[in-house]
Amino acid sequence: MKCAPFDYVRASSVEEVVKVLAESDGDGKILAGGQSLVPVLALRMARPSVLVDVNRIPGLGAIRPSGDAVEVGALVRHSRLVEQTNHPLLAEAARWIGHTAIRARGTAGGSVAHADPSAELPVVAVGTGATATVAGPSGVRSVAAEDLFLSALVTSLDEDEMITGLRFPLPTRWGFAEFARRHGDFALVTAVVTELGGAVRITLGGVASVPQRAAHAEQVLADGGTAREAARAAADEIDPTADLHGSAPFRRAIAGEMVRRALAQAGIGQE
Amino acid sequence: MIETDVTFSVNGERVRLAVEPRRTLADALREDCGLTGTHLGCEHGVCGACTVIVDGEPARACLMFAVQADGSSVTTVEGLQGTDGELHPLQEAFVAHHGLQCGFCTPGMLMSALHLLDTTPDADRETIREEMSGNICRCTGYQGIVDAIEAAGRELTGHAEEAEPAE
Ligand SMILES: Cc1cc2nc3c(=O)[nH]c(=O)nc-3n(C[C@H](O)[C@H](O)[C@H](O)COP(=O)(O)OP(=O)(O)OC[C@H]3O[C@@H](n4cnc5c(N)ncnc54)[C@H](O)[C@@H]3O)c2cc1C
Ligand code: FES
Ligand code: FES
Repeated sequence: MKCAPFDYVRASSVEEVVKVLAESDGDGKILAGGQSLVPVLALRMARPSVLVDVNRIPGLGAIRPSGDAVEVGALVRHSRLVEQTNHPLLAEAARWIGHTAIRARGTAGGSVAHADPSAELPVVAVGTGATATVAGPSGVRSVAAEDLFLSALVTSLDEDEMITGLRFPLPTRWGFAEFARRHGDFALVTAVVTELGGAVRITLGGVASVPQRAAHAEQVLADGGTAREAARAAADEIDPTADLHGSAPFRRAIAGEMVRRALAQAGIGQE
Repeated sequence: MIETDVTFSVNGERVRLAVEPRRTLADALREDCGLTGTHLGCEHGVCGACTVIVDGEPARACLMFAVQADGSSVTTVEGLQGTDGELHPLQEAFVAHHGLQCGFCTPGMLMSALHLLDTTPDADRETIREEMSGNICRCTGYQGIVDAIEAAGRELTGHAEEAEPAE
């Protein structure tokens, strides 16, 4: 299907984006890689009156190590995340996103702002305790990843705000495991294990409407439990919904197994 | 209906169009440039039939608006043939190895394969399968497509003589 008509603005600065969005009164949308937005428009699930193309704004495409974290500009394409070596967990996660042509255009800012419950980068963002730099009419603010995702495809960003960059802390140990039906499909379950400041986090994607920490499983590990015990706790504590792609017990079992594999990769809780 | 002027190059030729912002690059290529080699299967990013090369990177032409291509250089399947009309080694290989039946997916397959062989000329079968996973074919069962890309890779890297006999 074809999109409904819209006005097109090619922005040359973040200020311009915020201004156009504010003037559109909630009816404007940012166009980044277009790999999620354009399908939504083509299926007419949304019909914004104005699209603000951010692709040509200078200065938003850099990947920069900064202390114990890596800063990623909003316009960094998934393919660049795969290639970079500063943040190995981000590289591994980005490898799992879609296909070559999708990764060549999709952006880090777009993936986080789109907040798909099965997308990889939001899980890594929560798992590493990332923060987003957000520009809006009243200035710039920082938003922690866990405060960003409200529910499926819904974030705490205002309609006239734009993510300009993301700061991903570097875990001292990490593991990533994913199960998808076919290569390049959205994940049924993604498990991200991160060790930050000595504490182990287990974060799951695809099992709830937002990336979810497996708090019980984390506690099992903190109490000296094994990876197997933590995996069982994770499978028990989630409440996945059944759909065409898998029943609830199936998703539970897969989630446990992904946690076990991610912990094994991180070398945590191994007997 | 407000139209915007865009200028980009397609297969080395400069084109100037007035398009509605909502016109996808795929529709602009097909309807405005008359280049119907780029096929549209799903029009929402999943089938890969519309894959073209934009500034050296593969892109779904159904997920890009023509206005976004302003100033860019676009290569479509029509750009594969040589100046005197001879087929590209990839096209030859698709013919020789039964890489197509109905041909609907073929333009997207060729453009994805072109990018793959540009970046990884010696790609093994596993890499070929992985890199081509974004292109869907309802006819061939993919075997012939993988064979064709592998053979074209050998041809382009000058190792054609090492080609293994067909299984
Ligand atoms: C066939 C296919 C398979 C895919 N598979 C996967 C997959 O396996 N895993 C995965 O994670 N993703 C997948 N994707 C989606 C892809 O990763 C997208 O690139 C990503 O979700 C959105 O990024 P984008 O830059 O394309 O954003 P866009 O599509 O341009 O925008 C998405 C949304 O975010 C908003 N937005 C964009 N940038 C910003 C910003 N800087 N600040 C505020 N709001 C912003 C837009 O207004 C829009 O609402 C797939 C897509 C396709 C078509
Ligand atoms: S038509 Fe573009 S991906 Fe299917
Ligand atoms: S040859 Fe018919 S879809 Fe591939």
